[in-house]
Amino acid sequence: MRADGTGTSPAVPAGAPGGALMGGARTVLGLGREDRREHLRGLPSGLAIRLYSAMTHLRAFDERAVILQRQGVIGTYPTYFGEEAVQAASVLALEDRDWLFPTYRQTAVVTLRDCPSVVPLLLWRGHPGGWHDVMRYRVAPICIPVATNYPHAVGAAWGARLRHEGWVALAYGGDGSTSAGDFHEACNLAAVVQAPVIFLVTNNQWAISTPIVKQTRVPRLAEKAAAYGMPGVRVDSFDVFACYEVIQEAAERARRGGGPTLVEAVGYRLGPHGTADEPSVYRDPRADLLWAPMEPLGRTEAAVVEAGVAAPEQLLELRSRAFQELRDVGDRLGELPLPSVEELADSVHRDTPWPLRPERLYEPSWARLEQTPPWS
Amino acid sequence: MVEAIGRALAQVLADDADALLMGEDIGVNGGVFRATAGLQQRFGDDRVIDTPLAEAGFVGAAIGMAMVGLHPIVEIQFDAFVYPAFQQLVAQAGRFRWRTQGKYGLPLVIRLPYGGGTRAPELHSDSPEALFSHMPGLRVVIPSDPQSAGELLLAATRCGDPVIFMEPKRMYRRGRQEVFAEFSAGDLEAAAIVRQGGDLTLVAYGAMVEVALAAADELAADGVAARVLDLRSIYPLDRDQLLAAARDTGRVVVVQEAPRHCGVAGEVAALLQEEAADAMLAPTLRVTGMDMPFPLFQSEDQALPSVPRVLAAARAAMDY
Ligand SMILES: Cc1ncc(C[n+]2csc(CCOP(=O)(O)OP(=O)(O)O)c2C)c(N)n1
Ligand SMILES: [Mg+2]
Repeated sequence: MRADGTGTSPAVPAGAPGGALMGGARTVLGLGREDRREHLRGLPSGLAIRLYSAMTHLRAFDERAVILQRQGVIGTYPTYFGEEAVQAASVLALEDRDWLFPTYRQTAVVTLRDCPSVVPLLLWRGHPGGWHDVMRYRVAPICIPVATNYPHAVGAAWGARLRHEGWVALAYGGDGSTSAGDFHEACNLAAVVQAPVIFLVTNNQWAISTPIVKQTRVPRLAEKAAAYGMPGVRVDSFDVFACYEVIQEAAERARRGGGPTLVEAVGYRLGPHGTADEPSVYRDPRADLLWAPMEPLGRTEAAVVEAGVAAPEQLLELRSRAFQELRDVGDRLGELPLPSVEELADSVHRDTPWPLRPERLYEPSWARLEQTPPWS
Repeated sequence: MVEAIGRALAQVLADDADALLMGEDIGVNGGVFRATAGLQQRFGDDRVIDTPLAEAGFVGAAIGMAMVGLHPIVEIQFDAFVYPAFQQLVAQAGRFRWRTQGKYGLPLVIRLPYGGGTRAPELHSDSPEALFSHMPGLRVVIPSDPQSAGELLLAATRCGDPVIFMEPKRMYRRGRQEVFAEFSAGDLEAAAIVRQGGDLTLVAYGAMVEVALAAADELAADGVAARVLDLRSIYPLDRDQLLAAARDTGRVVVVQEAPRHCGVAGEVAALLQEEAADAMLAPTLRVTGMDMPFPLFQSEDQALPSVPRVLAAARAAMDY
């Protein structure tokens, strides 16, 4: 990869959605037909299918979650429609021993590490069974306060480096999160200590209703990396192959002791911010139409078929299996019994202190035990 | 006290290969209070780490370290500079175990030199214990003397959950005490009776224990035997000892340096009136800091709870 962040593949050609907006972003799907076919055929055997399969799973999860929200089975839900490519690539480009630090937007990446889909769905159903096993999957709990997960990834990665363990950490975030102080502190610290960490910022140009121009005067977020002394790379967020390539390069550099990388996966938020959001209030729906062709699953499918890497029937089979699986999961969501408040209280500390013990959770003893207060 | 803390830290670093210290200027410089003096030379700069000046960043990083099995002990340089890290502590650290359904914890200690009485500039004298004790999932511990500092610090590093370990910096070089060569871990939830007495209980913690003890001396001259209960654990409170003090003495005065509103003293008073009202011979009185920014130091003696103020409250309780 060259120092300016462009690599073996050229930038998105002018005329792609957003034009200059995606300038300098690594692409594979945007290559000429022959180059694209060659690239896909040159991938390690089965990789294209695995990426596609991971994307279908993420899509099936997301669509099912939106349906379940409409049915009132789960609460408000932050759809990631359109971010399947970058998310699938982020998990597959890393090793299973690498740690992931997701936000609300990457609620399902843990399912690409074999966590059952029912688990993150339960979280949005407001059930504590939705907290996945952090150590087993090496995926941190999702972070909702924007940018707070960046320093965690830095610390974890720094720990890996101090102990020469050879794994890396990846933190997710959005364009809006780069305005927050924790992003700055994390980037700076990571570079100073050369932590093996990847900051994967998906620039979908919107933070709820706030466009990127109100977020920063540096619309190419990857350029911010220079201020910290680390490489910054732009990649087409809808291009699973380019994302895979860029993230894998960053991970390899980190493993070799080359420190952190800021990866800006640039694109557009194809859906609403979440199920409670109404984008037409704040953005021109015509822009959605311009970007619609970038929808990553269809794009990947077309390229894979065109390159002869997989047959359409095979892809269809993968898709329908994923959707069927998620439908079954949705049907089972209501089955898990709710823990009692006493059990919840017992999960806050290792050694549960008295205010959280069952007999103390409610009002003082005389009220709870229905004893007569001494002065009555 | 500051030497006891340094020795306890050395003991932890020697015993636990996963423990490490991080903070601003704690390495060669040994920290602005010299709590970590000599530790980087002894344990290396991978174990005693100077961080960039970014409290949210390095407290957040410590959370990440603790997640993957390290045992970070973080020094915040001065009380009020913990505020940039507040979000990481209350929205992240305190919730981690709960986010794993109780399965995994963050073995993380935040050392926070705090409090007034040291003639320091603005924002170097705050007492933010109530903020942290209000937020779920954090333990808050405050020693008052060298021995308790060493024992509680050791216990904090072994507790498996985040502990806000607040060090009354006014006591760093006061109240010298012989301490044992090795510390053993103290009880993280226990208050300590530091003076026996049956007529009245003065509840205090941190630097206010010294004030309460001095007041107790004067009360003794009046023939009033005051018990002094050093809280040590701010969350959770030692309910048994507080109720016992109320039952034994019937009169309680609580002394805290922090502003009054929603403070620890109010929580003690509430606990006593809910659970020991039948035993009380007088209302529980509070002697506290004021609901204003901690004053610039020429006025700090007027704002800090003093022996005369504690005496006045104690006499009011006795005369009630
Ligand atoms: C500290 C903080 N402030 C506000 C919010 C509310 N909020 C949730 S998502 C969001 C927008 C984030 O935008 P961006 O970082 O671009 O990520 P995206 O949602 O586009 O994936 C906001 C303001 C929050 N979660 N955290
Ligand atoms: Mg965004």
